[in-house]
Parts: sequence; C-alpha cells; structure tokens
Amino acid sequence: MHPAPSIILFTTLSGLGFGLLVWLGVDPTPPTGWVAFAFYAIAYALALAGLAASSFHLGRRDRALKAFRQWRTSWLSREAWLAVLALGVSGLYALGLLFGLALQPLGWLGAALSLATVGATAMIYAQLRTVPRWHHWSTPALFLALSLSGGALLSGRVLIASVLLLLSAALQFWVWYDGDRRFARSGTTLASATGLGERGTPRALFPPHTGSNYLLDEMVYVVARRHALKLRAIALVLMTLLPLLLLQLPLPHFFGFLALLSHAAGVLTARWLFFAEAEHVVGLYYGKR
Amino acid sequence: MTALPDRTERRLGLVIDLDTCVGCHACVVACKGWNDQGYGAPLSDQDPQGGAPQGTFLNRVHSYEVVPERGPAQHVHFPKSCLHCEDAPCVTVCPTGASYKRVEDGIVLVEEDACIGCGLCAWACPYGARELDLAAGVMKKCTLCVDRIYNEALPEEDRVPACVRTCPAEARHFGDLSDPESEVSQLVAARGGIDLMPEQGTRPVNKYLPPRARDGWGEETDVLAPFLAPVAEEPQGFLGWLDRTLGRL
Repeated sequence: MHPAPSIILFTTLSGLGFGLLVWLGVDPTPPTGWVAFAFYAIAYALALAGLAASSFHLGRRDRALKAFRQWRTSWLSREAWLAVLALGVSGLYALGLLFGLALQPLGWLGAALSLATVGATAMIYAQLRTVPRWHHWSTPALFLALSLSGGALLSGRVLIASVLLLLSAALQFWVWYDGDRRFARSGTTLASATGLGERGTPRALFPPHTGSNYLLDEMVYVVARRHALKLRAIALVLMTLLPLLLLQLPLPHFFGFLALLSHAAGVLTARWLFFAEAEHVVGLYYGKR
Repeated sequence: MTALPDRTERRLGLVIDLDTCVGCHACVVACKGWNDQGYGAPLSDQDPQGGAPQGTFLNRVHSYEVVPERGPAQHVHFPKSCLHCEDAPCVTVCPTGASYKRVEDGIVLVEEDACIGCGLCAWACPYGARELDLAAGVMKKCTLCVDRIYNEALPEEDRVPACVRTCPAEARHFGDLSDPESEVSQLVAARGGIDLMPEQGTRPVNKYLPPRARDGWGEETDVLAPFLAPVAEEPQGFLGWLDRTLGRL
C-alpha cells in the first residue's frame, strides 16, 4: 500500500498522544496544577496534530465532518467519534486537575476511550481482508502496545515503559515474521482472482493500459521494499531496544527524552514499513505484489 | 446508510464471456465516453497528452495467458469492472454513507456529494473496481449505467450499460441474476459461470463464463505431415561415421 506521509504521521502522533492520555487517566496520584497542564498540553498537541495530518489525505477535506455519520458500520467513523469523546472526557478530567480536583472515574473513562480510539484506528486496517498482512488480531494488538509504550515513555514511567517496550519488540518481531506468510495463507492467487486456475497456470500477459493508474499508485507500492530488512532492523532498534537501554541510565529526564525521540523515530519507520510492505490482492490482476 | 440491505429485490449485473471476448477494449472506451457526460463527476485524465498519462476508468481489460500441464498456452482477455457484490466490503467501510447498495436492484453506487475521498472503499475492494478521481477528489465506480438502463428517453435497445451495448463480440450480457429464468441466469447455468475470488466472501453478482477448452496439439496437424516425417532412423554416410566415432569417445 502507498505509505502516505499524512497517514504515517497520523497513526504515530495520535498513537503517542492517546497513549499518554491513557496513563494520565489511570494515574492514582495524578499531577495537578501547571504540571497537569503541561502533560495534557503535550497529549492534546500530539493527538490533534495527528488528527489534522489525517485530513490531508482526503480528496475532499471540506466534507471531512461527514465522516461522523456511519459509526454503526464503519471503523473510520467510530474512530472519529471515539477520538472526539476521548479528548472531550479527558479534557473535563484535566480541567478538574488544574484546580486540584481529581475526578478519578472520569479519568478512567477518558483512558478507556483513548485506548478504544487507538484500537479503532488499527481496526481500519485490520478489517481489510484485501490486505492479508493487516487482516489479523495482531494489528490492533501492536498498535495498542506501541501506543501504551509511547504513552508510558512520555509520562515518565520507567518500569512500565521498559516492560511494554520489550513486549512491543517481541510482538513486532513476530508480526513481521508471520506477516510475511499471511498473503500465501489467505489463499487468494491469480488463479482464484481470474477463475482460470482449473485449466492451467495463469500468468499476466500484458497490462490493460500502458501508463499507471490510481490502483497501482495506491495499492501496489514496491519502491524501496528491497531495503525492508534493513529498515526492519533500524525500526526495531530505534523503536524498542535503544529506548529500553536509555531508560536504564541515570539522569532520567535527559536520557528519558532521548529514549522518547528514538522511540518516535522508530515508530515512524515501522509505520512506513506497515504501509509499504502491505500487499493488496488487487496487485495479482496486474501480475504485481 | 452504509449497512448492506438484507436482501435486494433484484440482482442486476453483468455476465462476461471470457470465451468470446476478443480484447478490443471497445467496452473501456464506451464506458469512459458515457461516464464523461452524465452521472456524477466526469472521469478525468491526468497529463493525457504528456509523457505519463493516466486517468480514471471504471472498466479495464486485462490479458492473461493460461499454461496447461500439456499443450499450448491459452490467451484470455479479461474485462474487469465492479461486480456489484452482495456482501460488498466497500459499502460497510464508508464513514459517510456515500457508498450504498440499492435495495430495488442491488446496484452499488456512490453519492458523490457525500464522498470525502478517503479512499478506504477502494482499499476494501479486492477487485480494484473503485478509482478515486484525481480531479474531482471523489470515488468513482461502475454504476451499471443506472442513467441508461431506466432511461425512457433512450430507444429500448440502448437501455443497457454502454459496455454491453458496444461489445462487438457480444461477450457482455446484462440482466437480472436473481431471476433463474432470465437470459443471463440461463447462460451462467449452461456455461458454469464463476465468481472471482470466492474466498474473499464478497458474493459478487457479476459472473464470468470460463473459456472453452479448444486449443491443443492435434494428432495430425496437416494431411501432408506424414510426408514430412524424417525417413532415416539411423544417420548414414559421413554423419553416421561422425555419430559412431563420437559415440566411441
């Protein structure tokens, strides 16, 4: 799939922002006053920047609000609703904290809604049977694990962040390993796509047109897949291993910040791969993957 | 609403005969021509006279070669457009309700005024039947020429999709696939019509008629063939000597 910068930024930034909101919401001894203001300002800046970035990939941004209409069936619509609810409820909770009032149940509700927002984002991809690499429970699991890791890093929870980073590393490693096999497991081949399998082995002979088209630009992204293995290594190190190491050093504010930067850069790389490596079944019709 | 209807009153669709399609692309041109001027945003082209032209098409003709275990490969032209699936995944993913399936005839349409151009429906379609128009920023797809088939201003023979009307090989058939007595249903039954990617669970309405098996290396390709068969089984003369000598080495 085409790795659109708007979508990569959106999933990364909003993942971090909502992850931070989760930890702020469940904190039994939450920060108050200006400290609370600073934490919530960071969370809101990240989440809102992500949501703003997502609107850049729309063909008609002027109609973006219509995306709230079909929450009964559409994960994209559910995500929009959950994001607004999560930001609204967390905002109310934060408002209380500013004045030293911790309405704990409101915090829990905000945390749950933030978690659900990240889950809904992941479900947009996981629901697509047409992209076997994504059509799997591990897609929301990894999105949630990374969001919670990033949130724990942002909120300065060293032990929890370390455990979650380790978990994320293991999950990401397995997702790459298993993901490489999912297209073959899906059973969709050129033979099933054309129905011509019974009489022999079908092969694309020539394309329907000489130029490119929307489908090929959008679903069949092959540039730089050849560097995938190197990028996977870079992503895994930056996203999980290096932050894990940095967290164990003294000077938590300095090295913690470095860990956060490294983690964010790693997630951006991993997200780029998430899209660039995903093969849509329509590529079969064009003799491509 | 982007929920799919439980059932549709009719299932209008196409039956495409892969045996008779000659790959002339007339359906592609007729589709582009008709959908440039009537229903919704016109299908645009980008850089049409330049070095990298591309554009929006609702119907494209692929070409495949099928290589059997024995015998010659068979060449199959393969027109592909929206299959108007009963379990259309493109409809349910739509966040705005722009994508919908009609209860009265099962046609899958896009209400372009409500489309935000997010492209998720195109991602959800396994067949590549939806293309985002880069000029209008909205999703385009086959409408089954909904502005022709019910259009009483047109002569009756023209009240079929443009691709069907234009096909010189009569490889494209249009009708109600929910009616077992209809011409298209009879064709599907007689020729063993198939679904594309049945494992995707989309239950397409459009059916494809597989090509008939006909090409093969016959026992005798020509009446003169026996006279052209090599006469000498063993090489003679100089060649024979060479053959024996080389064999001894």
